[in-house]
Amino acid sequence: MSATLENAAGDTVEIGGVRYEAVMGIECHVELKTETKMFCGCRNVFGAEPNTNVCPVCLGMPGALPVPNELAIELVVKAGLAFGAEIPAFSKFDRKNYFYPDMPKDYQISQFDMPLTQGGVVPFWLPDGSHGSCRLTRIHLEEDTGKSSHAGSRDGRIAGSTHSLVDFNRAGVPLMECVSEPDIRSAAAAVAYLEALKRTFVALGVSDVKMEEGSLRCDVNLSLRKVGDAEYGTKTEIKNMNSFNSVRRAIESEIARQAAILESGGRVIQETRGWDEAAGTTHPMRSKEQAHDYRYFPDPDLTPIEFAPNDVARLRADLIALPQARIDRYVSQDKLSIVQAQQIVDSPGLAAYYDAASALTGKPQPTVNFILGDLSRLANETGTAVSASRVTAEALAELVALVEAKTINSKTAKELVARVWAEGGSPAAIVESEGLGQVSDAGAIDALVAQVVSANEKTVADYRAGKTKVMGFLVGQVMKASRGTANPTLAEERLRAAIGA
Amino acid sequence: MEATTARDIARSVNAGETSAVERAAAMLERIDERDGAVGAYLAVTRELARESAERVDARVAAGERLPLAGVPLAIKDNMCVTGTPTTCASKILANWVAPYTATAVRRLLDAGAIPLGKTNLDEFAMGSSCENSALGRTANPWDLSRVPGGSSGGSAAAVAAGEATVSIGSDTGGSIREPAAFCGVVGFKPTYGRISRYGLIAFASSLDQIGPFSNTVADAALLYDVMAGRDPMDATTVDRAVEPSLPGLREDLRGVRIGIVKEFGLGDLDPEVRAAYERAYADLAALGAELVEVALPTADYGIATYYLIAPAECSSNLARFDGMRYGLRVEAADVGSTYEATRAAGFGDEVKRRILIGTYALSSGYYDAYYVRAQKARTLIAADFAKAFEACDAIACPAAASPAFAFDAKADPVSMYLMDYYTIPMSLAGLPSLSVPCGYVTPPGAAGPLPLGLELSAPLFAERALLGIAHAYERSTRHAERHRIPAIPVSAGAR
Repeated sequence: MSATLENAAGDTVEIGGVRYEAVMGIECHVELKTETKMFCGCRNVFGAEPNTNVCPVCLGMPGALPVPNELAIELVVKAGLAFGAEIPAFSKFDRKNYFYPDMPKDYQISQFDMPLTQGGVVPFWLPDGSHGSCRLTRIHLEEDTGKSSHAGSRDGRIAGSTHSLVDFNRAGVPLMECVSEPDIRSAAAAVAYLEALKRTFVALGVSDVKMEEGSLRCDVNLSLRKVGDAEYGTKTEIKNMNSFNSVRRAIESEIARQAAILESGGRVIQETRGWDEAAGTTHPMRSKEQAHDYRYFPDPDLTPIEFAPNDVARLRADLIALPQARIDRYVSQDKLSIVQAQQIVDSPGLAAYYDAASALTGKPQPTVNFILGDLSRLANETGTAVSASRVTAEALAELVALVEAKTINSKTAKELVARVWAEGGSPAAIVESEGLGQVSDAGAIDALVAQVVSANEKTVADYRAGKTKVMGFLVGQVMKASRGTANPTLAEERLRAAIGA
Repeated sequence: MEATTARDIARSVNAGETSAVERAAAMLERIDERDGAVGAYLAVTRELARESAERVDARVAAGERLPLAGVPLAIKDNMCVTGTPTTCASKILANWVAPYTATAVRRLLDAGAIPLGKTNLDEFAMGSSCENSALGRTANPWDLSRVPGGSSGGSAAAVAAGEATVSIGSDTGGSIREPAAFCGVVGFKPTYGRISRYGLIAFASSLDQIGPFSNTVADAALLYDVMAGRDPMDATTVDRAVEPSLPGLREDLRGVRIGIVKEFGLGDLDPEVRAAYERAYADLAALGAELVEVALPTADYGIATYYLIAPAECSSNLARFDGMRYGLRVEAADVGSTYEATRAAGFGDEVKRRILIGTYALSSGYYDAYYVRAQKARTLIAADFAKAFEACDAIACPAAASPAFAFDAKADPVSMYLMDYYTIPMSLAGLPSLSVPCGYVTPPGAAGPLPLGLELSAPLFAERALLGIAHAYERSTRHAERHRIPAIPVSAGAR
């Protein structure tokens, strides 16, 4: 279990003087980003009018047959290869039989014992800078079900509803299920694991991974055990989280709940629990299966999937530079923090922008500070991506150079960023033509200091009487008098000299 | 009688000697006269037939030459045709109208065939007599007190009664070949994967295969040539060139080795039936064929194997008939009880029996003992055939152990299952296999002579050779030409 030992910063709780650790495995359902559905030619899009992207095949009409979407199969293989999974030469689709009104055929085409990928490891960084990883058990491909909504009840729940409506637009959408080993030890690691999956799948074009649209859905299996024990405790399965933050909160809540049970001498019951976002707790879900027998068997409508070594090699060659490798490079070479590196990688287009700008400046840290600070703020305010803004990588490089050379102070830099964002242009040229360069000439500053001292006699007296806090005000007055161009450090130094402190 | 073969009709329609509209009208009249007594059809699609015939005439007038121009066609009612009721002879689909057309049907209609209507079958194609239909009773045109065979009984009876020139059925374990034998027509099941199943309502997906009924082997070849070939809508169709079978029809069997299966001894058969098959084998030899004995040691496990695999698949295939999206719905207190009430009311006993067997066979703890073992047995049966075909080009045997039996004669389900003893092994192996008329016997109590069918089977994808052999046999023996069905009483009961 080398993978688990790396996750040192596990969530542990002390119960009766004994330390317990949380043990988690995560099952993720990820909708694939394909043009068409898994087994028919209907469009795979989110948010269309109900029951408009449907046909005899995805409605399970009598006599209709599935034909596999080869792109979906390739995307799953790529996803597996990104994490070093093994691609078996032979795979197949099976039928998972159970009745549910939003499942058109009353069986789901899935994969039982021969998934498309097996094994693999997902590496990730934790916010505290430590490394973690989680082994994958498998990734398999299946079709999504339709979506039920329930009418007539107060909150849209099935309980108390008078009738239900089903939208089959989602039925037959390709769905990839990633099953992890129980290697996760903390809520932070769970989120870091999910973020690692997300950034990889987005980079590969496998999925949009939007939890709010349901293109990523995850279930967490969680149990507690005494630190050092080999045996797992009794687990519960937590469902219904709709953001990474709710995954974190749900795990913390469930750890606390299980700990309280153990502390009071009770036993955790194996069950499925739903996360209630508003209440901030998990609650038992009506178990839809009591040891359900899905009667899996190979789908006779579909032929087995066979991969020649060439096919896998071709897909492997398609893998672009993976986000995790980029994060590793930013941290080890550019000395960015984990959080900075992940933010750069996780925002579309930002990594290329950062790469271009930092190559020009040769100074990664001030470059990333601009990007994640002023530029990201402006991007949020205006809705324009940093990489698509008027502040080109070249302009940013000029800004960084101006600040680093102390040609402009930070206040001017802030104003200049906003101005170039709005109007474009070369920061160096603007500074040159408008005389915005920082004034570091002691003589020029002394003249300003003299003005400020004479105009603020009372404050100067206060300062001399020991109210040293007013120095900030006096520096501000000097800055104001200089239209912001004075070097603030020098201004304070000259002020102290003038007042004689 | 007028032209009774599809070839002759297509030729005369293409030549402008007659029109599709005339052919369709004449056949609809025949249906009106006879189907009250025979009951081959569940629905007669007059409007669709007329429209299709007009379209064919227009195409011919525009200079097109269509291989099935104006050929009246009956379609088993488990195949979808846009805008027509498609019932599977089940109460659960009694009012369902198909929103799309099956690929095989589409190809026939595009080739000029005229859809006359939808024919009766055992519910969801489960049965060997057509008696399991929940929507109608079909009689054997040779003796109206007897069954037409099944499950494609309506399609076989329609051709035998002259109520269609050709028809199509589906064969899962003998559902084309056995009714063809009982009704004295040609019935052909091609290799699994040759003809698209898209739009054929599934019974057992790994076994179901569409095929033609006709009065002659040449017509069966004609329909097969039109229907066969890969379909992008059916992933199990094979991507393999279809060699046209019509040019492969031959007049003799010189150089052909016919395998006679050691395990299929004729000793247990009725003496008159046995004599007919012995004569059939002799006729093959007289045409120049070399008869060789071949062994199929695992064929005896065919029925046991089939009655695990087919119900297992059917239990899953028929799950979708749950009252939620289409078909019968019997409302009850909640979803679960609505499922139960709908399926209890919608399915007949035989369908329920097979769903139960199949559900059991797939259940956790039994799957390995039943389903997995059945699949292994299936592999062995296929291997036996492969070995046998090293020594022969085709295998000859009875299509059924007896001629058509009387209604209600096989009340015990197992005795009915045994009717498919000679057809199931070929289905499990996926082989092309057909039944061609080979003689007539008059068992005690029969109103007159009843036809028998000779089953000929060939290696995978050897349809052309198989049809060639059957054609030579048919041409030299002329059984069907020398026998006519008795007059069918005109009845007012036609649909």
